[in-house]
Amino acid sequence: MSEPVELYVHIPFCAKKCAYCDFYSHPADEAQMDAYIEEVLEEISLSPFAGREASSVFFGGGTPSIVKSSHIVTVLEKLRQAFRIREDAEISIEVNPGTVTREKLRTFRKAGISRLSVGLQSADDAMLKKLGRIHTFRDFQETYRMAREEGFKNISADMILGLPGETPEGFADSLEKVLIMGPEHLSVYSLIIEENTPFYALYGPSGAFRHELPSEDKERETAHLADRLLESAGYVKYEISNYAKPGYECRHNEGYWTGVPYLGFGAAAASYIEGKRFKNALNDEYLALPYEECEVLGEKDLMSEMMILGLRLTAGVSESAFRARFGKGMEDVYGDVIEKYVSLGALSRDGAYLKLTPYGMDAANVVMADFL
Amino acid sequence: MAQYDRSRIRNFCIIAHIDHGKSTLADRIIEMTGLLTHREMQAQVLDNMDLERERGITIKAQAVRTVYRAQDGNEYILNLIDTPGHVDFNYEVSRSLAACDGAVLVVDAAQGIEAQTLANVYMALDHDLEVFPVINKIDLPSADPEGVAHEIEDVIGIEAMDAPRISAKNGTNCEAVLEEIVKKIPPPKGDESAPLKALIFDSVYDSYKGVIVFMRVMDGEVRPGMRVRMMATGAEADVVETGYFGAGQFIPCEGLSAGMVGYLTASIKNVTDTRVGDTVTDAKRPAAEPLPGYKKVNPMVYCGLYPADGAHYSDLRDALEKLKLNDASLFFEPENSVALGFGYRCGFLGLLHLEIIEERLEREYNLDLVTTAPSVVYRIYKTNGEMVELTNPTNMPSPAEIDYMEEPVVAAEIIVTSEYIGAIMDLCQERRGVYKSIEYIEAKRAILKYDLPLNEIIYDFYDALKSRSRGYASFDYELSGYVRSELVKLDILVNHEEIDALSFVVFAGNAYERGRRMCEKLKENIPRHLFEIPIQAAIGSKIIARETVKAVRKDVLAKCYGGDITRKKMLLEKQKEGKKRMRTFGNVEIPQDAFMSVLKLDET
Repeated sequence: MSEPVELYVHIPFCAKKCAYCDFYSHPADEAQMDAYIEEVLEEISLSPFAGREASSVFFGGGTPSIVKSSHIVTVLEKLRQAFRIREDAEISIEVNPGTVTREKLRTFRKAGISRLSVGLQSADDAMLKKLGRIHTFRDFQETYRMAREEGFKNISADMILGLPGETPEGFADSLEKVLIMGPEHLSVYSLIIEENTPFYALYGPSGAFRHELPSEDKERETAHLADRLLESAGYVKYEISNYAKPGYECRHNEGYWTGVPYLGFGAAAASYIEGKRFKNALNDEYLALPYEECEVLGEKDLMSEMMILGLRLTAGVSESAFRARFGKGMEDVYGDVIEKYVSLGALSRDGAYLKLTPYGMDAANVVMADFL
Repeated sequence: MAQYDRSRIRNFCIIAHIDHGKSTLADRIIEMTGLLTHREMQAQVLDNMDLERERGITIKAQAVRTVYRAQDGNEYILNLIDTPGHVDFNYEVSRSLAACDGAVLVVDAAQGIEAQTLANVYMALDHDLEVFPVINKIDLPSADPEGVAHEIEDVIGIEAMDAPRISAKNGTNCEAVLEEIVKKIPPPKGDESAPLKALIFDSVYDSYKGVIVFMRVMDGEVRPGMRVRMMATGAEADVVETGYFGAGQFIPCEGLSAGMVGYLTASIKNVTDTRVGDTVTDAKRPAAEPLPGYKKVNPMVYCGLYPADGAHYSDLRDALEKLKLNDASLFFEPENSVALGFGYRCGFLGLLHLEIIEERLEREYNLDLVTTAPSVVYRIYKTNGEMVELTNPTNMPSPAEIDYMEEPVVAAEIIVTSEYIGAIMDLCQERRGVYKSIEYIEAKRAILKYDLPLNEIIYDFYDALKSRSRGYASFDYELSGYVRSELVKLDILVNHEEIDALSFVVFAGNAYERGRRMCEKLKENIPRHLFEIPIQAAIGSKIIARETVKAVRKDVLAKCYGGDITRKKMLLEKQKEGKKRMRTFGNVEIPQDAFMSVLKLDET
């Protein structure tokens, strides 16, 4: 019997594109959405991996809550026909407080969706405007309350730090407003100024407003403050940007970092299975197009991925898991690199695990690049 | 052997400031005398190397023979000897001039006389050449041929009112130049029956024929089968072939006699046996005395060349050996650096020569190089009475052993328009120049004369001169000797470790400033590490400057999920690629560029 897989579905539609976003997403009318869902259904029915057991499902975007809730239900049904989705599977959906309604939440819950990931980004309305978000903090509170009423017991909120004009105190205010509501899970991302976004023109290397971004020192101060606030509120940091109350870690995402195979459906969705990683074209009619990316992973790639992805987790990489998978120890393969970064205080050996120290997390790329 | 009427031979060169049109005029002459059709001409036939074409300068001397039917109805053999166009190759220029009987002086009608114009004219006059001027680029809107003609008469003192006004680019009036060559340049002198004396003005290495010696026969004759001797090096060889220069090809002939320009081959393996300026004579009936003017040129600038990847050490050696086949003035010997591993200490005629060799090694031999700071040759007078020449700062004796030191100085001539005189004088002052004189060559332009230490001009003097004069200053110099100077060795420490390859010798009064700027520049070029890196400049054990590369504060990808693992991995790959181009010292990685960038410390 082959190991279980994780399933991902990409819904590339948004009411309006946010100023910092470089994902494949765009506004669309109803007909476009209908056609797209047909494309996804067809892709699922064509999957050569049909019949496998699935341990999680994730509807991401874009904004999955923008399409008719019946579309989500149909796709989920189709997945249930094609795969053996486990009883206890984690089934998540991303929602935007500006596009979700009580009816949609009720339908999602009824269809078996167990986890909501709400895109909040900030509790400061002025900041939300700057980011190009279509909702207010009030809208978020409303969505959150309805979701609880409809029976969602696992809710996550996404936030961004390092925003233009932000101070550590300002961010802490925003975070505390959210913590008081008591979501089970929080993702706190550092803002990345991506090319080909409106933010890049404003805040990129030659942007006129670059000075509004907090300095590296301030940004880290904010991040470290967030770590402390979340910890004292009972959340455990389990990945570079993710925090959860015990037992509420996102299993689907943990799969990405621990090498669980996954199948992605929809435009720009990536799959990783049987030693290959491939990504659909960035186009709503992706089925007729070649893959955007396709990688065949040899043992060396698999080993380095186990390290660079695994080190994202605060638990680190398990020595015994590495040995079980590759028949040799981490130290045999990466001894010099490990030694170097342990001595520089960026890595630590903790019993059977190798992990990044708190400073190592801040400078993770420097360490990870050496594992490639 | 075909009989030549020596009165129908003209041996000449074209002299000009850079970009005044020397090579373009040479091309027109070759084209007009029918040696090549326009279509066959690769622009600028005489500049063979890609580098020469790109930089617009001639690096090696070349020669070409053409036949011209003059207006008097006679056919003349014109031997054009193209001279290198840079001060680094002054000695080669002087030998090329010595092979000629006259020179065509090309002056840009818009720019007028420049520093190299003067330097070349004086050198030509020193060799008793008949010099006549040609005013080029009359097609330019800003051309002022009358003004330039006056300038030539006033400044150089040669007749210029009737100088041909031409556009070598368009071919306008170039025929007049050929007529002038025939009328004004005297035919070669010489005694065909005297023992052979031929002046070597260049040589190239050919893998089939061995060394091809370029020469001008002064007396006697040379033909295949003859045993010849190089009078300075003593090397002897049997002549296999003699010939003259077609356009881009060698055309064998039965022999060469007094007055003729051509080449010989004699299965000579090494260009160091056939040094520029040496005299070729008949081994059986040698000339009593060699031709005057021979000297062995010594490198003026040294630097260390290291392969970026230590594994390519032997490739570097092979490449240097190959370049040396054609370049007797290139010097190299193995050296070993703690920082850079195995490499070569190389000596060059000047900074341009250095850059050319470096570029050729990188382009033609595909080598990735790390170059250490160029250094001039210092003389160290030790307390024990010994004098040593220092070509590598690492070998500097301890201060206690040094009585005093001397550094080379040059006599520099700078021609500049009056509004920039102040700026240029400031520059010379900053570079420790000793003012000699100023002389106006016309209302708005002057010749400034300074004595300048060579080590002040080998880095970036030329760039600074151009930027401070907005391109209006021109510059020429020659080595004038050694003077006593206060010099110290400056060491650079990165993370408390001395990087030997970055050490250099500097005038004591500039040490602080130079050390500070080195540290600043290195700070810009060394990427942040996971720890703080102090960069220090030190004289002996005394730290005189310090900068700090702060530790990485943040370098992390906040998001990494299934859909973007491939892309995020590519970002990390890129980061790793960057690291590969670095050298590791202790636990600090220093990019190769850092070594070069600290050599360019000026405002630019």
